[in-house]
Amino acid sequence: MISKRTLSGLPPWYFLLPAVFVGISVLMPLVYLVIRAFDGDWSQTSELVLRQRNLILLKNTLMLTGSVVLVTTLLAFPFAWLTTRTNVPGVKLMTLLGVMPLAIPGYVLAYSLLGVGGTNGTLAQLFGIVIDRPSGFWGALLAISLYTFPYLFLNLRTGFLGLDPSVEEAARSLGYSSRQILFRVIIPQLKPSYLAGMLIISLYVIGDFGAVSLMRFETFSYALFLQYESAFDRVYAAWIALMLLALTSTILVAEYKLLKGLSFYRIGVGSARRTKITELSSWGIGLAWTYVLAVLTAAVVIPVVTILFWMAQGVDPFIWNSFGDAIRNSITASAPAALLAVFFAVPLAYISIRYPSRMSNYLQRFAYLGYATPPLALALAFIFFSLSAVPFLYQSLALLVFAYALHFLAESMGPIRSALYQAPPRIEEAARSLGVSRFRAFWLTTFPLLKSGIVAGSAFVFLSAMKELPITFILSPIGFETLAVSVWGYSAEAMFAEAAPFALSILFFSVLFVYLLFAREWKKA
Amino acid sequence: MEKSMNCLLRATNLTKRFSPQDPPVVDKVSFTVAPEEIFAILGPSGCGKTTTLRMIAGFERTDEGSIQLNGKTLECPYTHVPPEKRGVGFVFQDYALFPHLNVLENVKFGLTGLSKSEREYRANDILELIGMKAFCKRKPHELSGGQQQRVALARALAPKPSMLLMDEPFSNLDAVLRQSTRNEVRRILKEARMSAVLVTHDQEEALSVADRIGVMNKGKLVQIGTPEDVYYRPRTSFVATFLGRTNLFAAQASGLEARSEIGTLMLDKPARGDVMLSVRPEHLTIERATPANSSNSCGLICSREFKGHDITYHVRMPQCECIVHTDNRMPFSIGDNVVVRPLEPAVVLEHEDGRASLTPSFMQETGDPYKPL
Repeated sequence: MISKRTLSGLPPWYFLLPAVFVGISVLMPLVYLVIRAFDGDWSQTSELVLRQRNLILLKNTLMLTGSVVLVTTLLAFPFAWLTTRTNVPGVKLMTLLGVMPLAIPGYVLAYSLLGVGGTNGTLAQLFGIVIDRPSGFWGALLAISLYTFPYLFLNLRTGFLGLDPSVEEAARSLGYSSRQILFRVIIPQLKPSYLAGMLIISLYVIGDFGAVSLMRFETFSYALFLQYESAFDRVYAAWIALMLLALTSTILVAEYKLLKGLSFYRIGVGSARRTKITELSSWGIGLAWTYVLAVLTAAVVIPVVTILFWMAQGVDPFIWNSFGDAIRNSITASAPAALLAVFFAVPLAYISIRYPSRMSNYLQRFAYLGYATPPLALALAFIFFSLSAVPFLYQSLALLVFAYALHFLAESMGPIRSALYQAPPRIEEAARSLGVSRFRAFWLTTFPLLKSGIVAGSAFVFLSAMKELPITFILSPIGFETLAVSVWGYSAEAMFAEAAPFALSILFFSVLFVYLLFAREWKKA
Repeated sequence: MEKSMNCLLRATNLTKRFSPQDPPVVDKVSFTVAPEEIFAILGPSGCGKTTTLRMIAGFERTDEGSIQLNGKTLECPYTHVPPEKRGVGFVFQDYALFPHLNVLENVKFGLTGLSKSEREYRANDILELIGMKAFCKRKPHELSGGQQQRVALARALAPKPSMLLMDEPFSNLDAVLRQSTRNEVRRILKEARMSAVLVTHDQEEALSVADRIGVMNKGKLVQIGTPEDVYYRPRTSFVATFLGRTNLFAAQASGLEARSEIGTLMLDKPARGDVMLSVRPEHLTIERATPANSSNSCGLICSREFKGHDITYHVRMPQCECIVHTDNRMPFSIGDNVVVRPLEPAVVLEHEDGRASLTPSFMQETGDPYKPL
């Protein structure tokens, strides 16, 4: 049978070429990373690998990852349930508020948490309350959990919305109680979306550098950074990066094994009826909103107030000069990265949807590999790669842009893929039967339908790159300070007032990101 | 007609496999289409008819065989003219209108190599022909299914292709619209003196629209002929049952007569020995059984479907059951004793490989020869 979504034959070379190029570009730096790691002699290498410090780093990383997963689960579940399965008033607002914490990147949150406490902090100055500055494990846990839980919320929300109400009705007719249905019908069905959200969050924690470094909690990523900064021993840095990659692969494989065989999509056609909702009492509604506002206060209100407070303390005029530079630098790196990412994403998405095969599947996975690779490891790999293979690109803006594009490629794939799913494949054949060449058929028929997906995809990449910290840190040309690097730099030295304008402008771009994400998510309902 | 030199399209031994281990989806299919002729490929879903059509359009490569249009080879194992160079129009099952372009722009899409005013003129001309001129500024999603269908037809006709290929063109329309659109499309094609290959699983559609029909089953063309030919003189039991209801009787033939389960039947051609016969329900009639006419063609009415203009009776005979269509002036009721009488000679069926057949293959599979297909 002729499939509804695919075209027959081989994908055209002008789509295959960029797709293969992406695959090579993701793999090559990692190869150089391995080469570099085996540079030293054996005794030195084994000493580095078997160091006890590695075990401590592993313990810290795993402990933080596990705790963040736990805390985000507790934070996200009520949000997802309240916004999909209850009669709570203001669902749209609550959904937006549930996504809002993504507007405060982990390092900005860490900065504001640092700025709140201590004898000199916001609380002390405004209310005379002195609390300890959060730091170490608890500080990192708080900052990362409050920033990342919306990812899990969005995944669970999609899961809840995808539940088929008639399955629950069937269970009820078979004599199950509400509680039994929750544990034996609903929760098992939510497993795929929960695992997907958990994957994003675990990968984020492992790769996070900003929050752990400001909180001075030694995970692999932070250790990698310290090692790289000390600059004497690149071989050990390479080894830490490899361990980081090994950890990432373990998580990816575990996720793959857990997800295998789990596909709980609704069987049957037609639109699902609205899920049965739980009626909350006015008491319950009050409790729900109190919960939401409390989380929001911690995740959004406190950071924003802190930033504004430090802004009001007065910003040195010399800061404003570097502020203009930072904005310009951030944009000159992020805008081309967004275009490049889309340039790669369109062929990749096109091949994987229109010409599904084992090869196109692998090619697409490379795009996600670039996203899953911890940013510091990716950046370090690029350093090694550029030093050995393309020295003229070392510390160039072009390399930074390229690394951004590869890392955030996956973010632009989503919207482009869903646009492609909606574009009927037969229109290209129709165009060809009307005398138009293969490429022009794509250009005149499918491409116009991808426009909204391309705009959304490039916006995601642009806004993510604007707030990106670790890759920028390592790959940016000397003296090239971006907004994110400035926030981190000033906060690390407890210069909170100086960091404030940069943090505020990051917030501005992050809010746009959140709005875009929310607008796309809301359409799903 | 098959051997006529006057042919526009010639498909020879078309073969296509999607995977090497599976049997071919299209297996040595050969046929010709004459200028201005409407040719229908009729078959159940999955029989390879759409793949055949897509090979003619150039969307699929053939593994074996060749395609010639106007004497020019479009496809053979060493040649593949790309779809855009074939000059063949295609109407898709889901129409595949360009959703971002309005009706006029859709129709103008294929009009390349003309001046701006000529394109405008030609597009308006063709929209007039299909009666869609008033809708030229509408986007496809603002049109009904039938209107979209017309626009798809106009778009394919506009560049004046050598011929038109239509993939299940009426299947997305509702029953009422289907009938009128069918007649309309046939009128338009004939008016434009356009030859076409149409693919369908609907026998009524093929019979009413096409000048000639090729019946396809499991990748093979089983029979080619005019609608009357394939309907009244089916070659195999598959063709007989796929083109409407029929009665299949096992019989003993000798010359132009055969002894069957419903008595002695006249045959359409001489045969000898065990044969399988097909008799259309409307070629049988029933009479009330009387002591005078009762014989072994006597049976009992076991069900009755009143359809207004005619009535279908199921008659249980001693060794079989048969279906009879009569007009509505024959009011029998269930349980009546009747005699079944043939009005036309029975058709002797061949086995799919050409031998005279005894048991049609589908009967072994389903066990129910009257199962509507």
